[in-house]
Amino acid sequence: MNAAIEAEGLIKTYPGDVRALDGVSFHVPAGTIFGLLGPNGAGKSTTVKILTTLSRADEGSARVAGIDVVRDPVAVRRAIGVVGQKNAVDGEATGRENLVLQGRLYGLSGAALRTRVDDLLARFSLADAADRFVKGWSGGMQRRLDVALGLVARPQVLFLDEPTTGLDPEVRVAMWEEISTLAREEGLTILLTTHYLEEADQLASQLAIVDRGKIVAEGSPEQLKAELQGDRISIELDGDGHGAVHGALARVDGVREIALDGRMLRARADQGARAVPAVLAALESEGVPVAAVSVARASLDDVYLRHTGRTFESADEGSGSSSEAEAATAGGR
Amino acid sequence: MPMVLQHSFFMAQRWMRALLRQPAWIVVTLVQPVMWLLLFGALFKSVVNLPGFGTDNYADFLTPGIVVMTALFSAGWAGMGMLQDYERGILDRFLVTPSSRVALLAGPLVQQSLVTIVQSLIIIGLGLAVAGASFPGGVPGALVVIAAAILLGMAIGALSNALALVVRKEETVIATVTSLTLPLSFLSGTFMNLALAPAWIGEVAKYNPLQWAVVAGREALTQSDPDWGVVFSRLGLLALLLVACFAVAMRAFRAYQRAA
Repeated sequence: MNAAIEAEGLIKTYPGDVRALDGVSFHVPAGTIFGLLGPNGAGKSTTVKILTTLSRADEGSARVAGIDVVRDPVAVRRAIGVVGQKNAVDGEATGRENLVLQGRLYGLSGAALRTRVDDLLARFSLADAADRFVKGWSGGMQRRLDVALGLVARPQVLFLDEPTTGLDPEVRVAMWEEISTLAREEGLTILLTTHYLEEADQLASQLAIVDRGKIVAEGSPEQLKAELQGDRISIELDGDGHGAVHGALARVDGVREIALDGRMLRARADQGARAVPAVLAALESEGVPVAAVSVARASLDDVYLRHTGRTFESADEGSGSSSEAEAATAGGR
Repeated sequence: MPMVLQHSFFMAQRWMRALLRQPAWIVVTLVQPVMWLLLFGALFKSVVNLPGFGTDNYADFLTPGIVVMTALFSAGWAGMGMLQDYERGILDRFLVTPSSRVALLAGPLVQQSLVTIVQSLIIIGLGLAVAGASFPGGVPGALVVIAAAILLGMAIGALSNALALVVRKEETVIATVTSLTLPLSFLSGTFMNLALAPAWIGEVAKYNPLQWAVVAGREALTQSDPDWGVVFSRLGLLALLLVACFAVAMRAFRAYQRAA
């Protein structure tokens, strides 16, 4: 199978010795949706910037649509569409003007350009607003225009950097459908970055989990989840836990991967529901009061926890979404 | 048509359209230079009575200076537009298209030059009609003034864009521009015959691009028989400056991408 994207050993260090990428390698087969999943600051956006010729890696190499991003950046730019994190639309122009200018930069003109712009406006349900100034549009409409801008020149590879960040839940679901349709109908290769586990799970056929500038796990969402046999047991303690909690659970048959984080105690068991009574008994014998218990099937959150030793939520907390924040978080370990 | 020109045209069109959609800004753009001309003209009216000033109508003297000073002032702010594009992510969007880099810079500079042409015509017209100036240099003289204003404006505009790409902070651009444009104006012969100014100001002014534009414009517009050597040497200096500033701005683009 042809790889639409090949990244080999990408390393990128920002001033102040902040290592945003620490040897990132992955391959994306043509025609698939590949997800880069990780918390803010993991290095996802830096990877996209390098692959889209916006930035250069200090070390390593990358090919997009078979073209080396450093040797022939202009050819790469002709082959790709990029939808960045911000709504990079020109608010002072109409939707149509935005699309026409974008198309012209790729050399489209005349009837071909007009048809393409009309098609995209219709496909993203923007036709009615097409001739109004974009600054008056809703966030969801601006985001759809942003995606349309990335598609004007019929790219072979589309990069979507956090495509649904900041969107309302309903709008997000609609965007997911749109992205799946794109991949299915146009045979596009899509590289998608996200810090929403659900988004990665829904959309990506292959996933790489990125943490602190490294890929810590790779595979389809199903494969990654299958690696984690059994269910997750989450226990909220009534008061902070202590060392004895660990030992108590370790003595229960079939319970493993025990992690204590403040009041939250997590573990894994083949048959979660069956293990719960024994787990509670063990905690009671140590005199540890329990506030709540839940059992759930393995999710990508568990995959993340297993590979990084942190829950996704705690890794994602308190970091902004800008590249500065990304770099700063990547360095601040 | 070469791609660079095409793309520059598309970009200039985008900037021009955005400008024309802001009526308030258009009013400011046109009223401000008029105020300079009329206020300074009235305030300093009597300086021509100083022995050795060399002309007896201050409006003649002042008008070409106000034209180029206006171009300098608007050019200083050119980087703010680039900064806005950067902050909204539009700059990055253009940078990952096959768009010519030169066009990304040339677009706003062309728009700015069009504005300069309109402003210049209005100022020269008002100088004639309201302030009572007379310009023996005629149309060729006016063309030289406008050419000098455009060259100066594009050079400073390119520098302002370069600054914006490097510092990427509005405050820094504002502070730098305001702390440079006024001193440049007063370290030139825009308002005053430098023969009557302290010698050191005359020395400094020799290296001031605003002064090059003032000298070229004033010579061509207010002399019935201009010394074309003076005019073209100054225009030549301004053209060289523009080339240099454009090169600096292109380097700033590369530095921006390295930092990304």
